[in-house]
Amino acid sequence: MTIDWNAFTPLSALGGGLLIGIASAWLILMNGRIAGISGILGGLLDCPRDDRSWRLAFVIGLLVGPTLWGLFHVLPTIEIHASAPVLIAAGLLVGTGTRYAAGCTSGHGVCGLSRLSPRSLAATLTFMGGGFATVFIIRHLLGA
Amino acid sequence: MNKYSLSAFIGGLIFSVGLLLSGMANPEKVLGFLDIFGAWDPSLALVMGGAIAVGLPAFALAKRRKASLLGNAIQLPAKREVDRRLVLGSLAFGIGWGLAGFCPGPAIVATGAAQTGALIFTLAMFAGMWVFHWLESRKAQAA
Repeated sequence: MTIDWNAFTPLSALGGGLLIGIASAWLILMNGRIAGISGILGGLLDCPRDDRSWRLAFVIGLLVGPTLWGLFHVLPTIEIHASAPVLIAAGLLVGTGTRYAAGCTSGHGVCGLSRLSPRSLAATLTFMGGGFATVFIIRHLLGA
Repeated sequence: MNKYSLSAFIGGLIFSVGLLLSGMANPEKVLGFLDIFGAWDPSLALVMGGAIAVGLPAFALAKRRKASLLGNAIQLPAKREVDRRLVLGSLAFGIGWGLAGFCPGPAIVATGAAQTGALIFTLAMFAGMWVFHWLESRKAQAA
């Protein structure tokens, strides 16, 4: 392991993390709900009708964020190098996987760890491990 | 729009700006963090650290309250067991995360930033969620 100090952005990472924490705190204290994105999205498919509007409103908030940002600042770069077939395979894995695991980086990683949930710790270690292993195989074994 | 939806919209907006600022919405940045055996960019560990630093007191407070500030019930997950579904699902998610550098929130945000690749990923993710929903409802019917 070598640390890429040129890519290291501690201040914006920490500031962004604090905002993500504030958003999660807001949703649990104001609405009484967990800010788990996969759960909020997946719930749109099977939740009761009266539970649907806050979910849609949250997702619209996520979608509108870049536009709001763009009013004040140039948007940060978003680099996507994966090809369309890889993006589709990855999306299918993320969609089914997060539903089976009942959570993703936000639901288990942020909210679950903040609740000191052993289940969320297991989920977080597993998906982080899966991510590390996948990137290792792609970049260092396959050299792609 | 009712107060619950307005509040959720504000929450989503703050979350979105947090993902953009942190670098999470940029798959290349995420893959740099996941490349622990290469030139590693540790930034995103600070994202989770910062989020949990705020989350810890907030959820401790939420556990002690009966109702949210808007008056509805606080819904905290009750499930505690680590089962096969949790582990295999998380593993599949991790592999997908490592393939594209997207997890659900950043994919939606990058879609909002008009990134075609993010839209493709998000549609596939929705399809995956729908497949889960379909399999589960078939299982429920059979039972």
